[in-house]
Amino acid sequence: MIETKHVSKVYKMGELDLEVIKDLNLSIGLGEFIAIVGPSGSGKSTLLNMLGGLDIPTSGEVIVDGINITDLDTTALAHFRGEKVGFIFQSFNLIPVLSVYENIEYPLIMIQHLPPKERKKRILIMLKEVDMLDQKDKYPDQISGGQKQRVAIARALVTNPKIVFADEPTANLDSKTAHRIIELMHKIKQDYNTTFVFATHDEKIVSSAERLITLVDGEITEDREVLL
Amino acid sequence: MKNIVKMAFRNLKRSSRRTLLTAALITIGVIFVLVYSALSSSFKAYMVGEITDSMMGHIQIHKKGYIASVDNLPLDKNLNKKQIDKVLEVLDASPYVESYTFRIKLGGLFSNYVSSTNIRLNAIDPERESKTLPLFAKRIQEGEPHLLQEGEMLIPELLAKGMGVKKGDTSVLVVNNKEGSVNGLNLKVVGIVEPISGPGGRDGYFHIEDAKRILRIEGAEVSEIVVRIKEVSQLQEAMKSMQPLAAIKNQKGKPAFEIHAWTKLSPFYNIVKMLDLMDLSIKIILISIVLISILNVMIMSVYERIKEIGTIAAMGTPPSTIIKLFLAEGFMLGLFGAITGTVISFIIVKVIDMIGISFSFGRQSDLMLHPSLQGSDVIVVGIIVIIIALIASISPAFKAAKLNPVDALRQN
Repeated sequence: MIETKHVSKVYKMGELDLEVIKDLNLSIGLGEFIAIVGPSGSGKSTLLNMLGGLDIPTSGEVIVDGINITDLDTTALAHFRGEKVGFIFQSFNLIPVLSVYENIEYPLIMIQHLPPKERKKRILIMLKEVDMLDQKDKYPDQISGGQKQRVAIARALVTNPKIVFADEPTANLDSKTAHRIIELMHKIKQDYNTTFVFATHDEKIVSSAERLITLVDGEITEDREVLL
Repeated sequence: MKNIVKMAFRNLKRSSRRTLLTAALITIGVIFVLVYSALSSSFKAYMVGEITDSMMGHIQIHKKGYIASVDNLPLDKNLNKKQIDKVLEVLDASPYVESYTFRIKLGGLFSNYVSSTNIRLNAIDPERESKTLPLFAKRIQEGEPHLLQEGEMLIPELLAKGMGVKKGDTSVLVVNNKEGSVNGLNLKVVGIVEPISGPGGRDGYFHIEDAKRILRIEGAEVSEIVVRIKEVSQLQEAMKSMQPLAAIKNQKGKPAFEIHAWTKLSPFYNIVKMLDLMDLSIKIILISIVLISILNVMIMSVYERIKEIGTIAAMGTPPSTIIKLFLAEGFMLGLFGAITGTVISFIIVKVIDMIGISFSFGRQSDLMLHPSLQGSDVIVVGIIVIIIALIASISPAFKAAKLNPVDALRQN
């Protein structure tokens, strides 16, 4: 599903070169539920961004579903993200001028250009899945943080992505809501065989992950299956 | 596209106060341009109509060299029968010509038996004059032009006031013919002519047959042929249709005729050009207002929504769609300003039209201006506003589209 070959990422900090990811090789299969953990600055988010086609490695290759995304230009990369992956962000990042329904509809209209009937069908399924059907006409400023993250999950999944990348998805949620969100993602993984890759510090996610990748100073120090 | 417009509309609504302020600026700019255009174009149309329809005609044809010495009213530069026939041949063949009239222009001494003064005169064919200059009748305060018979004259208002001459008075006109001999003629004053700005605007009028008699002219001879065209907008085409005259040479091998459009003869044309320049200046100010206000609001919009742009880019929105989103916002701001401005301008112009604006120009006073909004002005201003709104949005739109999603998502 995902394969990285000798991936490095170097940021220029004035005259200094800061190597955030160092010659990283990784392989992720379909339907995995992976948590990338490590201290702050270890390169978790950078790795997640490169795996999802948001960022480009300084060297090496990232191959997702057979596509070498390091060769793609900006537009092709956008197309790749729209078709293959979904993103869930720490601060939900819903579009404030769109309702719950419209936020979920956004990628289907603006990116996948689906016909109205197909859109409606998919949105209603996802709204039911995240238990937000009765809130569909509300705007992001009218719902709670947990509800926002549910909408964000629905938005990430409505395009039927093969992989979902989530950067600290529970960081802004209380413990109870975080548990419910993790359960929801687990359920979706089970139902749709979607690959989930998390960058997180959250013990709740770590404890529910099936595979743990520990990153320290841009290098994988541990990569292990977690026996539940 | 519908969804892009919907999102753009909601984004504008999100910052409603800023949107209204920007749209209000554009609206005010549009109102300035349209109301000014309505006033200036009605002023131009009124004045041009006055000049061409009551005095000058649209085109004048003279013997070569006449205009250069027009202040002397030279009789030796009149068109003779052969030349007149040539001109009429071309005028009758032109599809643009509606009518034409002949004049002999001369200077003389006007006397009311008590005192005398210099006078500039137009000897006219009254029937032709009224057809070619339909507003000429309006300038005559007493009497009718077609009633001007041999033995009668119309005198300018200033002269009538200065010398105390009234309608019905008898006067004497003394002139020199081109051989230098002095001749006199008794004429009855049958009307007073209102002054009008421009050359010939304070001339007296009498019958062309009287002029021939007093100047001892035998056969056909005229100083100028004044032409009225069917459509004022076809002045250039009408001028071109008279090109065969320009090709005719005199015995010295030089052009025999000179053909002038009213724009070359009337100093008012310079005022028209100045008004057009002011019109252009106001349009440039409008463009600046639209450009600066939309550029400002769109740049602010991009900076405020960096994280949002990062989110939609991360989801896979292509850069072209992000550009369209911002262009749609600029377009809608421009469209809103243009529509509101046009509606308000229409109301203002309608009110001015109902009230009427009284103004004076030169020696003319109590002229009433009734402005109307020209469809072409509305379209031109609307297109300018929308194009400039789009141009102003291009840079912010590209800036948004070029944002690196990772950097954008890091913004708070």
